[in-house]
Amino acid sequence: MQEFLASLVSVAFHGVAYGMILYVISVGLSVTMGLMGFANLAHGVFAMAGGYILTTSLDHWGLPFPAALAVAFVLVAAGSVVLERLLYARLYAAGELAQVLFTIGLIFMATAIARLIYGTLQQPVHLPEGMKGQFDLLGRDFPAYRVFIILFGAALVAGLWFGVERTRFGAMVRAAVDNRAMAQSIGIDTQKLFMATFALGSGLAGLGGALGAEIIAIQPSYPFEHLVYFLIVVAVGGLGTLRGPFVAALVIGIADTACKYWVPQFGAFLIYVATILLLLWRPAGLFGRTA
Amino acid sequence: MRHNGSYSASPRIGLLEWLPWAIGVAAFFLMPEYLSLGARILIFILYALSLDLVVGYAGIVTLGHSAFFGLGAYAAGILSARFGVADPALQLLVAMTACALMGLATGAVILRTRGLTLLMLTLAIASILLEVANKATSITGGADGLSGIVVAPILGLFRFDLFGKTAYWLCLAVLFVGWWVTRRLIYSPFGASLVGIRENHVRMVAIGSPVPRRLLTAYTISAVLAGVAGALLTQTNQFVGLNVLSFESSGELLVMLILGGVGRIYGAFIGPVVYMIAQDMLAKQFPEYWSLGIGLLLVIIVLFARDGILGIIDRLVALTRKEAR
Repeated sequence: MQEFLASLVSVAFHGVAYGMILYVISVGLSVTMGLMGFANLAHGVFAMAGGYILTTSLDHWGLPFPAALAVAFVLVAAGSVVLERLLYARLYAAGELAQVLFTIGLIFMATAIARLIYGTLQQPVHLPEGMKGQFDLLGRDFPAYRVFIILFGAALVAGLWFGVERTRFGAMVRAAVDNRAMAQSIGIDTQKLFMATFALGSGLAGLGGALGAEIIAIQPSYPFEHLVYFLIVVAVGGLGTLRGPFVAALVIGIADTACKYWVPQFGAFLIYVATILLLLWRPAGLFGRTA
Repeated sequence: MRHNGSYSASPRIGLLEWLPWAIGVAAFFLMPEYLSLGARILIFILYALSLDLVVGYAGIVTLGHSAFFGLGAYAAGILSARFGVADPALQLLVAMTACALMGLATGAVILRTRGLTLLMLTLAIASILLEVANKATSITGGADGLSGIVVAPILGLFRFDLFGKTAYWLCLAVLFVGWWVTRRLIYSPFGASLVGIRENHVRMVAIGSPVPRRLLTAYTISAVLAGVAGALLTQTNQFVGLNVLSFESSGELLVMLILGGVGRIYGAFIGPVVYMIAQDMLAKQFPEYWSLGIGLLLVIIVLFARDGILGIIDRLVALTRKEAR
C-alpha cells in the first residue's frame, strides 16, 4: 500500500510536469487554430527549434539557463513572424488540404535542416547546478528541475490567463475568436492581431520545447513523433481557449505517465482510444468555442 | 481545385488512357533490372489511387490512410507467417475483407466529424494500429518486422521468382483492376455525388443526397484498395515492417498524390512514378537533402501549382493552343 501510494505520487508529479510542457507547447496552436482556423501541423517545428536554440546557447554561446530560455522564446517568435508573413498568410483562405500539405512540407524541411546542422543524435541538456539535484518535500525527494517546470508552468498559466481575460489585447483576441467578421467590422485589425498571436503562440512553443528538452528529447524526428500529442491536447481541449488545452494537457500528461508506468505493454494505445471516444462524444473538444 | 473527369465527361476510355498500361508492359521488357522498383511503383500507384478517391474526390482529408495500407500488409503477412496460408489470392481476399470491415467500422464513426476533429481521428486510428503492431510482437514481429512469409505460385502456375517478374505482373494486373473499378466509380452518378459533397457538403444534404452513406461507401472502397496495395507489398517483399503504418508513410503518400495532381485519376499515376524514381536516384546518396527537397517541393506546389504536374501540363497545353490560334 505504502509502495502504491509512493508510485501514485511519483506518477502524478511526473505527469503534471509533462502536462505543463505539453500545455506550454500546445496552447499557441489552440489559439491560432481557433483564431484563423489554420491546420498548422508544423507547430512542433517551433518547439523543436526552441530546444535546439536552448542547447546551442547553453553549450556554444555560454549563456546562463534563464537567458537561454528567453533567447529560445524570442528567436522562435521572431522566426515565426517571418514564416507567417511570407508563407502562412498566403494560405488562410486555402482549403484544409493545402494547409495540411504545406505544413507537412515545413516539417520535412525542418527535420532535414535539423539533421544537417545537428546530426541525428538527441541533444544532451546541461542543466545548471542548482536544478540538477533533488528537492525534499514532506520526506519525499523530487527532481528539482521538474519542480521548477511545474512552478514555471503555473506562473505562465496565470500570466496567460491574465493577459487574455484582463487586458485589451486579450479582449481583442477573444472577440476575434468568437466572430472574426464582427471583430473586423468594429475596427480590430485582425491581421495584425493574428500576427501577434501567432508570434506569441510560436514563441511559447519554442519556450516549451526548450523547457522540456530534458523530458521530450530534442532530435530531428521531434515534429513528426510528438505531433499526435500536441494535436490531441488541442483537439481534446477545444479550439480557441486557454482553459481547454490546460485541462487536456494535464490529463494527458498524467494519463500517459500512468500508462507507461503501470501498463507499459499497452504503450500509448489507451490514450488514443480515450481520445477517439472523447472526440466522438464531443467533436469540438471539452471546452471548444467553435465547432 | 479544378476537377477533371466528372459525370458530364465522356466515360469512354480514351486512347491516351491506354498509355500508362503500354508503358507498364514495355517497362517489363525494356528495364528488367528495375522490376522490383517497378513493382513498388505500381503498388504505390494503387495506394495513391485509393487516397485520391477519398481526398481528391470525396474531400475527406485524412492523415491516417496508412492504417489501411498497413492493415492489408499485416493481414496478408500474418495469414502466411502465422497460419501457413500461402495462397496469394486468399491472402489478397483476407486483406480486402479486413480492410473493408475496418473501413466500415471506423468510417461509420469518424466521418460524422469534420475539420480538425476528423484529421485528429484519422491520425489516432493509424497511431493505434501502429501501437498494436509495435507491441503485439508475438503476432506481428514488432519492431523487427514480420518475416517468414511464404507466397505460393499464383494459380499454382507462376512462382514468385528472385527477379520479381511474377510480382511485377501481379501488381500490374491488380492495379489494372483497381484502376478500372475506380474509374467506373468516378464516372458514375456516385462519383458525381462525391464531387458534389466535396464542393458543397451542405447543399448536397439539402438536395436530398444521402451524404453520410455516400462518404462511408467511398471511404470503405478506398480502404479496400489501400489494403490490396498493402497486401501486394507483403507478397512482393515477403516481409512487413512497422513503417507501413507510420505517419510518415501517410505523409509521403500525400506528397506523391499532390505532386501528380489531386482529384484526377492520373495524378495518382504520375506522382508515385516521379517521386519514387527520384527517391531511388537521390534518397540514398543525400538523405538530408532529399527530405529538404521534398519539403521545399511540397511548399512550392501548395503555393504555386496546387493541381500538381498534370495541372501544369494542362496549363501549358492551354497556353500553346491559345498561341496557335
